[in-house]
Amino acid sequence: MPTSAFLTDASICIGCKACEVACKEWNHIPDDGFNWTGQSYDNTHALGASTWRHVLFLEEKQSMGPQLAGIDEPFRWQFLSDVCKHCENAGCLEACPTGAIVRTELESVYVQHDVCNGCGYCVVSCPFGVVDKNHEVGTAFKCTFCYDRQRDGLMPACAKACPTRSIRFGELQELRQEAQVRVKELQDRGYTDAQIYDPAGFSVGGTHAIFVILGQPEAYNFPPAPEVPTIHLKSAWSAALLSAFVVVLVIFLAFAL
Amino acid sequence: MPGLGTSFGRGGATTAPSDLVNSDAILIMGSNMAENHPVGFQWVIEARERGTKVIHVDPRFSRTSAMADIWAPLRAGSDILFLGGLIHYVLENEKDFREYVIHYTNASIILPQEFKDTEELGGVFSGWDAKNRSYDSSTWLYGACVEGGQVAPGSAGPHSGHCKEGAGAGADLGDCECDPTLSHPRCVYQVLKKHYARYTPELVERFCGVPRERFLKIAETFCSASGAEKTGAICYALGWTQQSKGPQIIRAAAILQLVLGNIGRPGGGILALRGHASIQGSTDIPTLYDILPGYLPMPNLGLDSHNLADYIAAHRDPTGWWWNFDKYIVSLLKAYYGEGAKKENDWGFNWLPRVTGDHSHQGYFLEMMDGKVEGLFVMGQNPAVAGPNSRLERKALSKLKWLVVRDMVELETATFWYDSPEVERGELRPEEIATEVFFLPAAGQAEKDGTFTNTQRLLQWHQKAVDPPGDARSETWFMYHLGRRLKEKAKQDPRPRNAGLSALTWDYSVGGTMQEPKVEEVLQEINGYTVADRALVSGFTELKADGSTASGCWIYTGVFPRQDENRANQRNSQDLLGHGWGFAWPADRRVLYNRASARPDGRPWSERKKLVWWDEQNREWTGLDVPDFTRTKAPNYQPPKDAHGDEALAGDKPFILHPDGTGWIFAPKGLADGPLPTHYEGLEAPVCNPLYPDHQSNPGAMREERPDNRFATSPDDRFPYVMSTYRLTEHHTSGAMSRMLPHLAELQPEFFCEISPELASERGIENGGWVTVMTRRGIVEARALVTSRMRPLPIDGKLVHQVGVPYHWGTRGLVKGDSANDLVAISEEPNVRIMEAKGILCDVSPGRRARGKAALDQLNAHLGRK
Repeated sequence: MPTSAFLTDASICIGCKACEVACKEWNHIPDDGFNWTGQSYDNTHALGASTWRHVLFLEEKQSMGPQLAGIDEPFRWQFLSDVCKHCENAGCLEACPTGAIVRTELESVYVQHDVCNGCGYCVVSCPFGVVDKNHEVGTAFKCTFCYDRQRDGLMPACAKACPTRSIRFGELQELRQEAQVRVKELQDRGYTDAQIYDPAGFSVGGTHAIFVILGQPEAYNFPPAPEVPTIHLKSAWSAALLSAFVVVLVIFLAFAL
Repeated sequence: MPGLGTSFGRGGATTAPSDLVNSDAILIMGSNMAENHPVGFQWVIEARERGTKVIHVDPRFSRTSAMADIWAPLRAGSDILFLGGLIHYVLENEKDFREYVIHYTNASIILPQEFKDTEELGGVFSGWDAKNRSYDSSTWLYGACVEGGQVAPGSAGPHSGHCKEGAGAGADLGDCECDPTLSHPRCVYQVLKKHYARYTPELVERFCGVPRERFLKIAETFCSASGAEKTGAICYALGWTQQSKGPQIIRAAAILQLVLGNIGRPGGGILALRGHASIQGSTDIPTLYDILPGYLPMPNLGLDSHNLADYIAAHRDPTGWWWNFDKYIVSLLKAYYGEGAKKENDWGFNWLPRVTGDHSHQGYFLEMMDGKVEGLFVMGQNPAVAGPNSRLERKALSKLKWLVVRDMVELETATFWYDSPEVERGELRPEEIATEVFFLPAAGQAEKDGTFTNTQRLLQWHQKAVDPPGDARSETWFMYHLGRRLKEKAKQDPRPRNAGLSALTWDYSVGGTMQEPKVEEVLQEINGYTVADRALVSGFTELKADGSTASGCWIYTGVFPRQDENRANQRNSQDLLGHGWGFAWPADRRVLYNRASARPDGRPWSERKKLVWWDEQNREWTGLDVPDFTRTKAPNYQPPKDAHGDEALAGDKPFILHPDGTGWIFAPKGLADGPLPTHYEGLEAPVCNPLYPDHQSNPGAMREERPDNRFATSPDDRFPYVMSTYRLTEHHTSGAMSRMLPHLAELQPEFFCEISPELASERGIENGGWVTVMTRRGIVEARALVTSRMRPLPIDGKLVHQVGVPYHWGTRGLVKGDSANDLVAISEEPNVRIMEAKGILCDVSPGRRARGKAALDQLNAHLGRK
């Protein structure tokens, strides 16, 4: 089976949230609470246990490529639909002590709720802040990559619902090429800050959700250098060993002197 | 839709959203298309990706602005100034598509000497009757004959203007004096030039608040999308229609498109984005009081209704397509009354109801408030939240004897008597309300078969997916069985008033456990058939005036041409215009007036912009769309003297519904408030009308001012800010279908008010805090969304703040809030009688409103402030 992936393109996202709704409808996810935030049109805050697609609304005091928008100062309004990255080296999967989080034959990262014991290690181990615990149910939840739909030959619900093809679903390498063509095209048209967010050069080892964004990753809450927590294992254990050694040494010296 | 109807002949979008991909420029104005038509907006995005320039002009920087190439802020209510500025720019710089203008529009027509423009009369056209506040439009009628009689064309009588090209007598416009050089001082072109001479970029900057440079950039971008090789399209929605001059704003857009030669051509046109599903359908087969299906006027008591012959004489045009008027009305009567419709009884014409006054939504709610309406059916509407001055409307409901509400959920209109704000404030007491309320559960669209007719005049069939739950039933079921029972009752009661009801054909077959009528049969009846053998007709050219054919809506004929062919159910799109998917009225023509996509001699204007052309070899029109023209009428056809109907129009006249076959830059009839769009301020405005100090607002508009429906003065120190209501992607109109659904309710869970950081700091408002919004009518509270997307505009030397309030909330549902429509006044635009919900005056102050009765005290205290 080819490696499937999402390419989400901020430059043609219209912020309609159809992806959020389609995702919740298909996956029977409960609402996220009725909390008005006052942060532009974003009232579902962030990706979480009950929001697996999340549309960001960024009001920024800078211009968008050649767009003539701001009157007395530059202005732009950006939208982007964020989602689980389905990392090659997934922090959540590595941290899971029960084996509830598995890599599927689609190469996606999947949480099995019936195995999950709710320890929450995956929540803190995700470098993107995607995985979240539903405190009522007591287990972890995140995007399934529409495993059930894909098994039946259907594209994920979010991509299907997107009216502008801002969310594209396809083969990872093809989407990577498409993203490169797209960024070049955008730059040629004057969107000089267009770039691909595809953190392949870090310990997450690449992802199955890549993005075309305008501006810096940080603005979209994307870590510029996402690392899997396990890469710190060696240094952490070394430090622990060293500390233990020092403690033992100090105790020894205390008695010895 | 008299704005489009008077300009081009038909009250519908001239093109389809997918055709926007062919545009070189798209001007979106009076619409937040990305927000309210996100699916249709995919074509705008697609176009932009192909290099089309997308322009958005709107008071707010919205989701649409975010995706546009150019955005300009605009003071709400100044649209005609802006569009007039564009027309001025085109004429001043001679950027008009001259060959198109000469041949396909009425620019060359010489107007009668008696016609006087607003520029000559200080703000009104000739024929203004100040006492009755209406026009006698006889001086606007050009041509040799001013005839057609009893009905004053375009008069603002009880008849309003949805029909044909508006209320108006059939008049002969076919034989007129012209000046093809467009230089005669009284020719339409020169009158137009003078009319808009003062709409300069400087004036636009000063009163619309659009910086001069930005305006010129837009003018240059949009107006260069014109000519043989290029086209531009305009999209609008309720930002234009919900004003005291809505149809005139649309007319201004139509004039701009006509002078640029953008109608009837690929990538051109005007796309009227309809408010929600099947709104186009609800004017085609109207839920309006003043028209019959297919834009035939409802007879008007005492004016055109003595008998069928008078009625036909008043509405049949001697030339152009409306010569066939008699065929359509007789076929309609035959569909209604079947065997009961005979030549001897005028085919049952006298059984049709008569218009006796203003029975529009605004009109009947005012009458209801005054205790003149006994009962009301409410289906697919929620006036307690969505109606203008919804405070008044909720109170008016309490004056009814009975109220039937059919909906999927128990919405505010059904619960006004126990949980409305009026009950909380002590204005209504449940124990004192005598209204008997019947709430009946309705089926949702997935629970019934039927059609939608959407923006592009496209009929699309939808299938039932599941049975409705419990007692919920479809509207068809309800209307059919109600009608059946009423007919049974009428049988017992032979009074003449019941004769029409008894004659009404009501023979749809029913099936299933629910006794659901077969909707295909309804669509077949609408399509039409020959009476003798019930054979379905395949087009409106087959309809006859001798009673041998029946058709429920002539423009829909062809949708069901054979028993086994429901074209609304076609699902095999073959091209960009969508042929093979659904059925677009009329006759599956996707781009209306597409004869104009070819030169007068029948060749395409250019290879790039070809759509329909004359095939000399086969002697017929052919191309990429169904020709909106008589297929075999040659481009060089010249009508014989005394010809009638379509035969009286030459081979180079694309606007076949008009008696002269041209696009109307100057509308000689059909509109109650003038043949050319003129800038008037709204009914409430922060400035005085810069052009006509004696005519602040549209002189024809009806304010309906009364103690329970007050207006602010213009300007008014108590209400310094300009407010517009609008909708969000996340909710559906009054919210009845979205506030109940957790996945939608959570996306926009509270009523908010969008204000600029400047206004926030001026009034001490914090983002996320509460504000109280007041108008002369009402008081509401909302959360403050402080955003740089709202810009204060310098207008005539002072800073004008604009605020935005979405109107989706009420007292029911998972998320609740005050209703923005409490703030809006009931008023009536003279042609379509829509209220003004854009550009009204308000005050915004920090903090929540008082509770209970104290809220009214708070409002009254504010009103008393000087």
